[in-house]
Amino acid sequence: MRFDKMWQRLYRGIVLGCVFLGDASLRADRIGEMDSISYGGQFLRFFSMEDPLLRTVLLGSLCLGLCCGLLGSFIVVRKLSLVGDALSHAVLPGVAIGFIVAGEKDPVAIFIGATVAGLLGTVLVSLIKNTTHIKEDSSLGMVLAGFYGVGVVLITMIQKTSVGNKAGLDKFLFGQAAALTDKEVGVMAIVAFVSLLVVVVFYKQLLVGSFDAAYSKALGLPTRFFHYLLMLLLAFSVVISLQAVGAVLVSAMLIIPASSAYLLTDRMHRMLILACLFGMITGAFGAFLSYMGPNLATGPLMVLAASSVFVVCFFFSPKHGIISRWLRFRRRANRVRSENSLKAIYQVRESLGFKGEGVLLSDLGDRMRESAKEVKSRVDALVRYDLADLKVHDDSCEVYLTPEGWVRACAVVRNHRLWELYLTKQAEFEPDHVHDDAEVIEHILGEDTVRELERLLDFPTRDPHGKLIPSLTDLQRTLTYASSKGEEASGYSMPKG
Amino acid sequence: MSGMNEFLNNIPEFDFEEVFVIPWSEFGDSFIWIFLMGFFVTATCGMLGSFIVWRRMALVGDAISHSVLPGIVIAFLVTQSRDTMPMFIGALSAGVLTTVLIEFIHSRSRVKTDAALGIVFTTLFAIGVVLVSIYGENVDLDTDCVLYGEIEYVSEDTQVASGPLAGVPLQVARMGLVAVAVLLLMIVFYRQLLVCSFDPGMAQSMGVSPAVVHHGLMILLSIAVVSAFEAVGAVLVISMLIFPATTASMLSDRMPVIMGLTVLIAALTSFFGMHLALWLDVSTAGAMSVVVSFWFGLAWVFSPRRGLLARVMKKKVDLFAEQN
Repeated sequence: MRFDKMWQRLYRGIVLGCVFLGDASLRADRIGEMDSISYGGQFLRFFSMEDPLLRTVLLGSLCLGLCCGLLGSFIVVRKLSLVGDALSHAVLPGVAIGFIVAGEKDPVAIFIGATVAGLLGTVLVSLIKNTTHIKEDSSLGMVLAGFYGVGVVLITMIQKTSVGNKAGLDKFLFGQAAALTDKEVGVMAIVAFVSLLVVVVFYKQLLVGSFDAAYSKALGLPTRFFHYLLMLLLAFSVVISLQAVGAVLVSAMLIIPASSAYLLTDRMHRMLILACLFGMITGAFGAFLSYMGPNLATGPLMVLAASSVFVVCFFFSPKHGIISRWLRFRRRANRVRSENSLKAIYQVRESLGFKGEGVLLSDLGDRMRESAKEVKSRVDALVRYDLADLKVHDDSCEVYLTPEGWVRACAVVRNHRLWELYLTKQAEFEPDHVHDDAEVIEHILGEDTVRELERLLDFPTRDPHGKLIPSLTDLQRTLTYASSKGEEASGYSMPKG
Repeated sequence: MSGMNEFLNNIPEFDFEEVFVIPWSEFGDSFIWIFLMGFFVTATCGMLGSFIVWRRMALVGDAISHSVLPGIVIAFLVTQSRDTMPMFIGALSAGVLTTVLIEFIHSRSRVKTDAALGIVFTTLFAIGVVLVSIYGENVDLDTDCVLYGEIEYVSEDTQVASGPLAGVPLQVARMGLVAVAVLLLMIVFYRQLLVCSFDPGMAQSMGVSPAVVHHGLMILLSIAVVSAFEAVGAVLVISMLIFPATTASMLSDRMPVIMGLTVLIAALTSFFGMHLALWLDVSTAGAMSVVVSFWFGLAWVFSPRRGLLARVMKKKVDLFAEQN
């Protein structure tokens, strides 16, 4: 049920994101062209896979999204997000050298060169970290910038040669999915398949290594091997994404879909699935948008699609979203507020020796040290929750607790006093130091804890200040007693101490 | 391997005369500006970098250097001019927005800081790139400039019309001003910066607010990054920011010495970077970045106290002492 709701929200979010992005690209300076071909028609044409050229692009971006989501999840939970960033810049000289050696834009040569460069980069990061006092963030930054600088120099040199001139190596910086060839998509598909296979086969090992490195070492797992395996796969997926997303923004495709998934679930396998889905959806969508506008590089559009998904998750994720967290916070604050009001009503009645049923609002106000207006609004809240009734007389108002309200009031007071007693008896606090602590904990103690406390304290009847503690049996008796005898609603009588 | 050969054949013969002498004797003017621009950029970033690196904010620098792009582009689009002020304001607000957003995402959700950083700057950068590619013609800014910088064209920039700096290209004058301002601020607020970077608790007790210093440093960083942006591009700023500082810190522990060294490294980097670019006919910013990483490589291996060689030697000496 909960999951359904989540999906619904997700779906709505994605649609919203699409509308936002679609709108942005429609406003581009190509509105004239847009008019002649319908947007929906193009959408269908792109996603129906009929046109072989478009099919290549679509399949490529799906593979890319899958890989990035899959490996991105691991680096996000391992807090290695910025390693992804460094790696994606570090592959650049490898791309250039692969190109130089092959003499043409050969995907396999570029793939090998880039992977080697990427791995060299990660090795260098740990080498710098291990042999100098320089911290990890700086060593990441150095590898990122140093390799990138070499890459830029090599690429500008290549562009001066006769082949390099028209090879479009600069497309590797921001990506152009439309330039994907069948051979490249083949490499992408193989990498996607291999990554998927590795993750499925070594799922448990990778999982343990990601969340508890010490435990995984204790189990005798080759932690270092799995770390480098992950880095290798990461380098692979960065490399295959280069053509479509570009070196500068690959890290975004690694981090953003995975972080969005991270906001939605606590289970790793669900996170992996969601991240792959997000990666594929945003990848395909980015490619589609870039196909709509010939001048638009694919990378930034994919990233924007992914960020829109992230923004939606950030606000509306059922468990971790800002809005749902805020709602939960408000609900809890309301509960604490009404429990405090209930407690105050109990205390007023107690001070009157439980004579009469109603409590005057003015008495309640004195007890709570609040203004009449505030007291009224609190009581109104209680009435809304069916915990109390309000009777208005000519010159005063009286509040009556319903049976449920009375039981809740007793429970809160009971929690409070039991905790005070516990602190004085077991933790040897002074009796005048325990109130504030109890004031907080009374709202949180669960039924089990309360019973445990009661057992520990040997079923006490009085708190450290000499006041009676409403006991569990009293509470239960109240309910049965009230209903069977048909007495007044709040027929709870205190044990004659 | 034919590609390899062609590539190697394309590397021009190294000719000392042509690479090092002729530029200065024949086109002295334009080269002095390129050199000065490179020097100012690297020195400014290097001085700031010494603190940034110590405070473990190297990657925040990276993030800011990417995310000023949309600020700059939007400022262009709104004012339709390349004036300095709107560009500064746009970039500064983008820089501040970056730090605020990172903090917001990090504190309001379970996303960790590193991931939050990665999300924010890539998104802002992507927005910038999309804006550039849609409105590229209008803003006179292309993606190449974003990636590699255009330090080569610095001498063709409009020149300062009057005043003591008349005749100096505008960009160089601006960058020089920023460099001087950064240097002065560093000298004036040296104590505060130092104590906040090494012991925030003590700073608090001395009445220096670490938060104020942090934000001040962020603003300075944004200013430095935006003025360096056109010269070296978004990505290579980060090498100017980190490398001089880490190289210097391989050689010394004292902050004043480190900062002096970064300035020296800046001069060397700018000089050799420019000539490397001349020789190979490649992007100057890229060549400077290669040169500056080369200095780090040297320091890493040969640093008298911390270098790899020194470590190996020390191990040998220890071993020898143990055996006897």
